[in-house]
Amino acid sequence: MLLKHTTDEIKARKALTINPAKTCQPIGAMYASLGIHGCLPHSHGSQGCYAYHRSTLTRHYKEPVMAATSAFTEGASVFGGQANLLQALDNIFTVYNPDVVAVHTTCLSETIGDDIPQIFNKAIADGKVPEGKYVLHANTPSYVGSHITGFANMTKAMVDYFAVSNGHKEKTVNIIPGYVEPADMEEIKRLGDIMGIKTIMFPDTSKVLNGPMTGRFKMYPEGGVTIKELKLAGSSKGTIALGNLASGAAAKALDVKCKVPCQILDLPIGLQATDMFIDTLRQIAGVNVPDAVTFERGQMIDIITDMHQYFYGRRVGLVGDPDQILALAKFLVSIDMCPVYIVSGSPAGKKFVKRLEEITQEVPYEVKISVPGDMFLFHQWIKQESVDLIIGNTYAKYIARDEDIPLIRFGFPILDRVGHSYFPTVGYKGGIRLLEKILDAILDRIDRDSSDISFELVM
Amino acid sequence: MTGISILKERKKQIYQKGAEPFSITCGKHSLAGSVSQRACVFCGSRVVLYPIADALHLIHGPIGCAAYTWDIRGALSSGPELHRLSFSTDLQEKDVIFGGEKKLYHALIDLIHEYKPKAAFVYSTCIVGIIGDDVEAVCKKVSRETGVETLPVHSEGFKGTKKDGYKAACEALFKLVGQGSVDNISPYSINILGEFNIGGEAWIIKDYYKRMGVNVVSTMTGDGRVDDVRRSHGAMLNVVQCSGAMTYLADMMKEKYGIPYIRVSYFGLEDMSKALYDVAEYFSHNPEIMTCTQELVRYEISRIYPELQKIKTAVKGKRAAIYVGGAFKAFSLIKALKYIGINVILAGSQTGNDADYEVLRDMCDKGTIILDDANPLELSKYIIEKKADLFIGGVKERPIAYKMGIGFCDHNHERKTPLAGYSGMLNFAREVYLTVTSPVWQFAR
Repeated sequence: MLLKHTTDEIKARKALTINPAKTCQPIGAMYASLGIHGCLPHSHGSQGCYAYHRSTLTRHYKEPVMAATSAFTEGASVFGGQANLLQALDNIFTVYNPDVVAVHTTCLSETIGDDIPQIFNKAIADGKVPEGKYVLHANTPSYVGSHITGFANMTKAMVDYFAVSNGHKEKTVNIIPGYVEPADMEEIKRLGDIMGIKTIMFPDTSKVLNGPMTGRFKMYPEGGVTIKELKLAGSSKGTIALGNLASGAAAKALDVKCKVPCQILDLPIGLQATDMFIDTLRQIAGVNVPDAVTFERGQMIDIITDMHQYFYGRRVGLVGDPDQILALAKFLVSIDMCPVYIVSGSPAGKKFVKRLEEITQEVPYEVKISVPGDMFLFHQWIKQESVDLIIGNTYAKYIARDEDIPLIRFGFPILDRVGHSYFPTVGYKGGIRLLEKILDAILDRIDRDSSDISFELVM
Repeated sequence: MTGISILKERKKQIYQKGAEPFSITCGKHSLAGSVSQRACVFCGSRVVLYPIADALHLIHGPIGCAAYTWDIRGALSSGPELHRLSFSTDLQEKDVIFGGEKKLYHALIDLIHEYKPKAAFVYSTCIVGIIGDDVEAVCKKVSRETGVETLPVHSEGFKGTKKDGYKAACEALFKLVGQGSVDNISPYSINILGEFNIGGEAWIIKDYYKRMGVNVVSTMTGDGRVDDVRRSHGAMLNVVQCSGAMTYLADMMKEKYGIPYIRVSYFGLEDMSKALYDVAEYFSHNPEIMTCTQELVRYEISRIYPELQKIKTAVKGKRAAIYVGGAFKAFSLIKALKYIGINVILAGSQTGNDADYEVLRDMCDKGTIILDDANPLELSKYIIEKKADLFIGGVKERPIAYKMGIGFCDHNHERKTPLAGYSGMLNFAREVYLTVTSPVWQFAR
């Protein structure tokens, strides 16, 4: 078998990551940048970084992913990347004509110490940034944090560069959706719409990375938050940040900069987290929850009760990004499933781990948590004592196959399936779909394993 | 989408046959700010060495470089699978400040102890080049202490282009060559260079040579084994498929061990047959080999000929755009497409050189666009202008083709069916046929 190299004996590793459960900052920044309307992400570093990020995002979303690169060579790494970035901005605005260029750094440009704001100033002074066009940047060395930190940094940069207070309190509510699929962003906006609330979502990759087929290649698809909206975000009534790790930084920055109060919630995965989101949104906007939303909620509860007999006591291995595994763990516990192994490659801090421990304290098994950890360790745990279900990204499929365990693909990246960017897993509707996926995986497995005698029409 | 402008600096990298006297600029660094489809030095090294399945591949750098190359290449192994795991020193900020040598040393010791690989490759990434870790010294120390040869691969991303990565990989491989015993190697023996076994191609090709009576000492690097590489200097001839990647190694082996080499392509009936005949020709002092080769070619072509003719009738006159990594691949694709009656309206490569583009010009029909180091806008511009029905490229090109409502064939590493050899040609023709004639495009137009 493929992972026959994985041993169940766990030895301490200090200097080595095997089969990572994370990737690096710039790709998160690139993803966030794509959530600005008319934005061309720009990678300030060697050509390989951006080629890998584009390939990985392309494989995940099955959409063209545009970005530019400073194309560093040895010269740039010795003399600094200023000349490259200036030339790049000039070329980009001349030929590709974006509204915005979002620059993120790489480990190379960070280490040689390029000062992006200074280079921006020079570019603006030299007339390389045309009137009415914008630039922004985030520092995203690959040796710090993970793709989640990169997403958070670029999202915060949107606040730092654009949000301003216009002196009034507008009726808008800001929503920072976290590192989720375009479909999730769409679903969160839909809930806001049903409640009659004007929301400003940033970043917003819906319609950018799950847009329609039109017979035309569009460099800048329809969706994305506009700069006008980002400016207005500084005057909104409040901000809801979903997922502390991916969205907290931007929300806090907006509070400090423009005095827009923020609430940092878990990702709205599952009933309670969605309730919390809806309730917070209701309070900030000062509206009542319409019947349509209550109806959807009722449907989700109905599904949960129909399904619950199959859930209780099932052992689940969870591997993924911190905000997601936290929300998922809470959801699973609430439907009586048992997340027993939880791994995130992204560093998320002691408080985060403590919260995971609290969430899982009632689970009647030993719960193992490793943040940051890698898939090799996750696999070793499973080898020691198996689980009924794995929830993780595509790379978890190796473990699922080797250990013959059903897998639900969740998170980033999902390279071997199509459709995840169209179907949400947040909100009540998304929750229903997630529940269906979990139940299907469990029942398919029972069908597959049952003998002829016990194989039944009704389960 | 008309009215797309082309970067001024890129004009010399685009040529339309028949329009003006031939001139194309290539081999230059991508322009800063262009949306190039190219990658870096590390990428070049990684793709070449990746298929060596019983070696340890440790990426010394931050996590991204390891994560993005974790088993994306799909090079199949008939035995060990060690190459499919992802090992990284996962450098953190403090390592960047204080140096990563200690971390590298401990990682190597742990891994070699655990997996007992035949050899270890250590890839240096951008950051390692900048902070100046002495990877060479660490590798030497580890080799000495463990007895497992540990080879540094100098693949700092910024130190050139993907081609320089190929060179770094060849240099690492060359250190292995010459270490093994050459006993019992047949006088009719070859090495296959630059075949990566992405869909099992190396197995098809090896089978052909075996049926000809030619012994394959090593395949570098598809389904590769360290010990085979070690004794590859015992072969009589090197047969180079991916010339961009492996000619450098072939040259070094020629110089040091006197092994001549030929360039071949295993794609398309014409090139595949030539690849076999050229080898038979080389061993012409044994006429039996030529006889076997003729029989093989006749047999294999007759097997696929009828279906190819049917496909030809169905796809004749369709128009294809090609954008691939190496120019050699483009040559073969043009021939193969012409064979089934498809016109090539655009041919481009990421890494072609002057000589390559001259060949391309000679092969293409009047009006064909030839592109060096293109970007999505240019590609989409010409696909529309030239009314392509089919795009052949790699991962980043697929959704562009689909967005425009035309068929696509992956000729990089996102496929599972082999496209080399005679059966591969049939696979390719079937794929072209299926995608071009798919009923889904009726919804797109």
